[in-house]
Amino acid sequence: MTEKIKKNRVLVGKPGLDGHDRGAKFIAQALRDAGFEVVYTGIRRSPEEIAAAAVQEDVDAVGLSSLSGAHMRLFPAVVEALAKAGAPDIPVLGGGVIPEEDIIELKAAGIVEIFTPGTPIDTIISAYRDACEKKSTG
Amino acid sequence: MTIDRLLEGLRQRDPRAIGRAISLVENGDESAEIILSSLDENLVSQATILGITGPPGAGKSTLTNEIIAKLRHQEERIGIIAIDPSSPISGGAILGDRIRMMQHATDKDVVMRSMATRGRLGGLCATAGAAVRIMASCGCSTIIIETVGVGQSEMDIIRLADITILVMAPGLGDEIQAMKAGLLEVADILVVNKADCKGADILAMDLEAVTRKGSATPTQVCMTVATEGKGVTELLDRIDKLDSEHRDSGERQKRRRGAHNQEVLDWCLEILRPQLLDKIIKRKLSVLGDPRLKAKKILEEK
Ligand SMILES: Nc1nc2c(ncn2[C@@H]2O[C@H](COP(=O)(O)OP(=O)(O)OP(=O)(O)O)[C@@H](O)[C@H]2O)c(=O)[nH]1
Ligand SMILES: [Mg+2]
Repeated sequence: MTEKIKKNRVLVGKPGLDGHDRGAKFIAQALRDAGFEVVYTGIRRSPEEIAAAAVQEDVDAVGLSSLSGAHMRLFPAVVEALAKAGAPDIPVLGGGVIPEEDIIELKAAGIVEIFTPGTPIDTIISAYRDACEKKSTG
Repeated sequence: MTIDRLLEGLRQRDPRAIGRAISLVENGDESAEIILSSLDENLVSQATILGITGPPGAGKSTLTNEIIAKLRHQEERIGIIAIDPSSPISGGAILGDRIRMMQHATDKDVVMRSMATRGRLGGLCATAGAAVRIMASCGCSTIIIETVGVGQSEMDIIRLADITILVMAPGLGDEIQAMKAGLLEVADILVVNKADCKGADILAMDLEAVTRKGSATPTQVCMTVATEGKGVTELLDRIDKLDSEHRDSGERQKRRRGAHNQEVLDWCLEILRPQLLDKIIKRKLSVLGDPRLKAKKILEEK
């Protein structure tokens, strides 16, 4: 209150129709254990729902998980929905079983980082931290 | 976002501005004072603040989701503040109450904010109180605060509410805990949720018996099945009735004044704490002697 207490806030959600939330939950818990405040929105969310929640929660970053293979459509759709919701500055990160060639395309579409099952958790956490901090100063 | 744009955004009820304003207050930013003194106090004083508390997993969020749906039928604009505990070890938190309320995510008239306790007691109350005022000032006529009812911090949050609803459910084994925590006494309305589950009737009877002991007018228990929206209309009727009673009798005003005084006190202590600590350290007190006596001496000097 009197002293400044800024916490990194992230939204973790899962767009699309498949019902697996293990990846999203795992990331949410790892971020919590690293001191983040994680707004968890659960599975089967539309990009618009995720964007609206991210705006209301004033998060510093959005983390998406996808196992359905629909990431090429859904991840960029969240980036677009955020821009439409007046929050183009909130960075989007994503994870899933994503082939190398897709990663290049997704980054071109504005996803700042992509993680695959092989990415060490520490790398993921520091990527989130960087994204949050860049946003707060930028 | 500059402060001028933020204030303009609040006047426009822009969700981005509302979200940002709450963060600035929560983070103790200098601009908090400007934000909070720019609010529409008239709207703040008219809004109804509901506190929903109860043991983990009782169905508070699911019930809140149903209440939102019903109030939205009446075209009300609703605010929700969902509070979850921070991990004492990492300082992080998982804020998961939204999962049950996502059906309202894109409704522009449902303003929701998740908040972690961040290990502060009085501070949380002040932050949640500020969020309530920001939401009310942005047109939310009902504001719901959801908090897990286990400890002192939740009791403090309840003070912010005009009406407090305690949600219990069979099979959680927390009835006794709630009584110990004194939650039963502060609750205006008792809800037994999961009325579709075994043991709900017995729990309701037990609760009624306990409240009958304490007062001449036993608190009647509402039965709900939040997952099916059952009993929610009746619950809202109870809330409405009690709210108008409290408005007529002056009880509402009395509670608001008490809560406001307490908030001012919290802030006094918050501001004094570092100053006092500074004084104490400077004195290089010996570790011997009565701490209470020393405290009195320090407070007496100018
Ligand atoms: N059978 C049954 N299950 C319910 C009912 N209401 C909620 N639930 C289930 O109970 C679980 C917990 O519900 P929540 O609404 O998340 O409970 P909560 O009190 O908000 O939980 P916390 O915020 O974690 O303390 C969920 O799986 C719900 O689907 C009900 O009326 N009947
Ligand atoms: Mg909940």
